[in-house]
Amino acid sequence: MSSVIRPSVWTVLTPKWRSALARLREEQSGSGGRLLLLALVALIFWVAVFGIAYRVLRYFRSVEDIGNLMAAKVLGIILLAFLSILLLSNIITALSTFFLAKDLDLLVAAPISRPKLYAAKLAETVVHSSWMVALLALPIFTAYGIVYGGGFLFPIVALAAFVPYLVIPAVIGAALTLILVNIFPARRTRELLGLVATGALVIVLVILRFLRPERLAQPEGFKDLVDYLAVLRTPTSPFLPSEWTASIIMNWLLRVPDPWPIAKLWIAAPLAVMLGALLHTRLYHLGFSKAQEGAERKLRRVIRGPITGLLSSVSPSKREFILKDLRLFFRDNTQWSQLILLAVLLLVYLFNIKSLPLHSGEQVPFRLITMISFLNLGLAGFVLAAVAARFIFPGISLEGRQMWLLRSSPLDPGAMLWSKYWIGTVPLLVLALLITVFTNWLLHASAFMMVVAVGTIVLYTLAASSLALSFGTLYPQFGSENAAQIPTSFGGLVYMMSTLSLLTAIIMIEATPVMAYLRMDRYGGELRSILPELIAAAVLIIGICLTATTVPLRMALRRIEMMEW
Amino acid sequence: MIRLNHLTKCYGKFTAVDNIDLVIPSGELFGFLGPNGAGKTTTFRMIAGILRPTSGSVEIGGIDVAQRPLEAKARLGFIPDRPFVYDKLTGGEFLRFAAALYGQQGPAVERRIDELLELFELDRWKDELTESYSHGMRQKLIISGALVHRPEVIVVDEPMVGLDPKSARLLKDLFRQFVDRGGTVLMSTHTLEVAETMCDRIAILHGGKIVANGTLAEVQAQTASEDLGLEELFLKLTGGMRDQQLDTILDS
Repeated sequence: MSSVIRPSVWTVLTPKWRSALARLREEQSGSGGRLLLLALVALIFWVAVFGIAYRVLRYFRSVEDIGNLMAAKVLGIILLAFLSILLLSNIITALSTFFLAKDLDLLVAAPISRPKLYAAKLAETVVHSSWMVALLALPIFTAYGIVYGGGFLFPIVALAAFVPYLVIPAVIGAALTLILVNIFPARRTRELLGLVATGALVIVLVILRFLRPERLAQPEGFKDLVDYLAVLRTPTSPFLPSEWTASIIMNWLLRVPDPWPIAKLWIAAPLAVMLGALLHTRLYHLGFSKAQEGAERKLRRVIRGPITGLLSSVSPSKREFILKDLRLFFRDNTQWSQLILLAVLLLVYLFNIKSLPLHSGEQVPFRLITMISFLNLGLAGFVLAAVAARFIFPGISLEGRQMWLLRSSPLDPGAMLWSKYWIGTVPLLVLALLITVFTNWLLHASAFMMVVAVGTIVLYTLAASSLALSFGTLYPQFGSENAAQIPTSFGGLVYMMSTLSLLTAIIMIEATPVMAYLRMDRYGGELRSILPELIAAAVLIIGICLTATTVPLRMALRRIEMMEW
Repeated sequence: MIRLNHLTKCYGKFTAVDNIDLVIPSGELFGFLGPNGAGKTTTFRMIAGILRPTSGSVEIGGIDVAQRPLEAKARLGFIPDRPFVYDKLTGGEFLRFAAALYGQQGPAVERRIDELLELFELDRWKDELTESYSHGMRQKLIISGALVHRPEVIVVDEPMVGLDPKSARLLKDLFRQFVDRGGTVLMSTHTLEVAETMCDRIAILHGGKIVANGTLAEVQAQTASEDLGLEELFLKLTGGMRDQQLDTILDS
């Protein structure tokens, strides 16, 4: 017998990076126009994030003493928010990479040492869960580096501060998953995790809400300057890696010689990996074995009666398709448990709108109220885009393995797309109308503004829903084992960027004529002078939204017809 | 009836199916044999309308699959080699959904579902989610799904994989009775004994081409191998493992 040579971590990861390279080559060999469009959308998005961060930081820099403290505080809060997203994302991702991935049978059966398997799977988890946060952080860090003159070494410092910051939540997420899988079988845990992760995020949201970051923008709300400075100087979360990372970056930018934050981060991250590896060595085998059990047998809900009645005029194939999608959605806790999170997010949002001091008796400039109405429209649009990404974007990908049945049957691909579109759009429209009508009511918006907001949000929702379904079809993730992971793909990012670009365009087109109308309404003037501008804006927005609804759906239909399995 | 006219499928420079011509009339059970990667599954997926041919055409019951896909597919029952079903549907719901895809619903379909589940001994599992089904149970469920709309033509890729001997026997009897009543079955299998005992005619596919086609006696005559059984004939046409190669592998 020859001596056994144990494969290295790099060897274990070979299929992953080779697959990624192959996908990239496929993408490059495709049509150049699509790549160019992607690059353009990404550029617009990055420039927008950079532009906002740059302007805010320039303003902070111009405020003596307090400005630098505010910049540090804001960075700490951003990184804390990222940390909560990373923790949630890592818990979900680790369950797939460590327990449900298709390559595990091969890897667990091979003579790979447990620490090496842990290292390889942890690296995979970090990449899958963190790339989107990293892409978002890039323009923000760049803005900090430029505004505060970080110098040519700043990228290296930022990288040294950011990489261990990404590793720590991955280790924690993987460890939590490992412990849970040892208590519950993986398939049940996946459902439980949805609830655990939702609970964790709700707590983070509530904490963020109690921090009341908006107070920082209202120094007059504090007793005196000393009180305000004390709040700014106090670390947001001194025991969390987000604070250490923020300190490393701000210390470098403000030339403060403090080695402690970097020491803490670089001791904590390797120590966490070592402890994680130890835990993995002890618990993984049993957990993996349990993960293979646990298929669910009991049926919990039967959805039929009332919905069948509602769909009585629809053809049997469309009706059963809709019923099938509803059943799959409500029987999978990982899907519907995120609705709880959505409800909490909405409550926080509505609470914030209600807390705005617009109608507390003080004289608030007319311009500010109008701006807030548009900001509200933008934020509602963002929430709807995110909801569509999570619930509509994965629609076609989730059919992947069953596509043999759909394509070999006489089901019209158009009917499939029709069912997927309306099953996602109807609840999204209800949500859109609820948010818009309620927030505008809270803002005491005029009847005209209410009509504008409702009309805009309906048209935008139809388009956002179409874009989500269409981008999900153009960039399907048929191999994905987790619906929550599908929107975090490259296609999901492109969808979000496109939809947010559409939202920006809509608001930009309607802002000027609507403000002119409101000014006229308040201070008097001739309606005739602004009517053509109002009509032109309305026609343009209707045209853009209908195009953004129909063209992507047509492209998606063509893609489905051309798809091969 | 199934008709394949100059059917070809290329993946880049690789030709998976190379200019196949074949007619399988009604009332015939036809066996498609060939080594792994010969092009059987690709051919079946083109017949089912899942893959588009690079050139050539497929007709089901005289209807071109590319020209009138919905009409052609309405006559077909397709059973793939891997039984992927929706995990969060029950067996009964899956069959109801499969029937609805063919525009069928109502009490007649419900009766048909019960009959099929009983036939394949899945009736006890009708209201259980399919994620708790074994591989063989899922295979029986998709076979039921292919039969629920009473197709004229059945295309089945490796039907016996995962089935216990009793179910395999049931399936053989079912297919035989189906063709005796005028239906058409095109079946791929690696179990040569199954092909020899069940099929009216066979085709041996190798490198994407049909290298022999007809009844067993006709194939023997075509290849001047009257004294060979189907296994030897198959190995002769597709190239079996040489003893020398086996020695090399086992001795190293």
